[in-house]
Amino acid sequence: MAGLTRELMALRVARELRDGMVVNLGIGIPTLVSNYLPPDHGVLLQAENGILGYGAIRDEGGFDPNLINAGGQRIVLRPGASFFHTSDSFGMIRGGHVDVAILGALEVSARGDLANWSIPERGGGSIGGGMDLAVGVRRLIVAMEHTTHDGRPRILERCSYPLTARACVDLLVTNLAVIEVTADGLLLREVAPGVTPEKVEAATAAPLVRSPDLREMAL
Amino acid sequence: MMVGGFVSAGTPTNLIHALKRRGTRELTAIANNIGFGDQLDVLCEDGQIAHMITSFAIRASTSKWSRFEEQYHRGEVTLELVPQGTLVERIRAGGSGLGGVLTRTGLDTVVEEGKRRIEVQGVDYLLETPLRADVALIQAHRADRLGNLVYRASGRNFNPLMATAADLVIAEVSEIVETGELDPETVGTPAVYVDRIVRCDPIEVRLEGM
Repeated sequence: MAGLTRELMALRVARELRDGMVVNLGIGIPTLVSNYLPPDHGVLLQAENGILGYGAIRDEGGFDPNLINAGGQRIVLRPGASFFHTSDSFGMIRGGHVDVAILGALEVSARGDLANWSIPERGGGSIGGGMDLAVGVRRLIVAMEHTTHDGRPRILERCSYPLTARACVDLLVTNLAVIEVTADGLLLREVAPGVTPEKVEAATAAPLVRSPDLREMAL
Repeated sequence: MMVGGFVSAGTPTNLIHALKRRGTRELTAIANNIGFGDQLDVLCEDGQIAHMITSFAIRASTSKWSRFEEQYHRGEVTLELVPQGTLVERIRAGGSGLGGVLTRTGLDTVVEEGKRRIEVQGVDYLLETPLRADVALIQAHRADRLGNLVYRASGRNFNPLMATAADLVIAEVSEIVETGELDPETVGTPAVYVDRIVRCDPIEVRLEGM
């Protein structure tokens, strides 16, 4: 499927963040967002494993098993960072102290239901911090491929996979489009360079309303 | 048993390997994660874990299977999946004399099945029950001889909570100092919770992540 690479999706998501926000990044495409914030940014990144104020993912240097993000990747600390245990970490999340969560998804429904922890055919699953984030944060942004590897839509009238939480998603950033979840349904706000609205609609199995100011993503 | 740690951070790797050598079987394990590359998965080599209460078990985004997942699909182990924040609060309740916690996490999902929904001040919550264990295996950076523990960075995670919620608490540490040498301001787990201290050189593990 054409459209944005994972890195460009992370870059587009990073544009949603403002100085002063406390932001949690899920595993997958969302973890890449930490590498697309400007060096002098004022965003506080929160990791479930008990860090507030980490920076980019680190590819070089030694491995400190205690300096990782929630996905197990090496990270750098920024000035002002703090550590805390898991109870404090999730108190922060459920208690409304985290402004934005950016999560991956398997499916999202027309009214913003999220399914991101289990594929029934595979069984089991990994809930992780997803359910807590979905009920606790002020704004939830999903970053995901618009369709599955074999081309089936992931944005559906209703989710077929087990839910993470109901009506929790506020914004979708995919390789094809930026879509806002509104009270009136899904609003197509932006398309990726070279992608037509028709192509986005064909890859989506839920009604999309074209925004009056629909435009191409600025990257 | 409870086992502290969050992927590579604060995982009592030496104690897990000691338990593997000892060969204890039919274990119920409560831990944040068990999966491909996770240290706890080594206990599945000889089928020591029978039941797992965890937040992160089988990752949809990788095609690689852990030993735990193979045994799960063969019906040799059972699994209770718990949201991460709920898991830690159930442990905290178990360790602090509370009858449970109320959380909105898991409402309208499979997590709600079989649980009571309670309305408080107009908001619906799920009642989540306390968790306790016979033994907790935890990890800290430094201990004194009294059993006070100091953690490093995100090595805290589940460890200070699990230290409160088991009958026997065994802590793996990199260094033991004389009582009085730790700054009381930095103690993360007070000595009252800790029964055994084992000084170990950390096992170098480079995990791929969950």
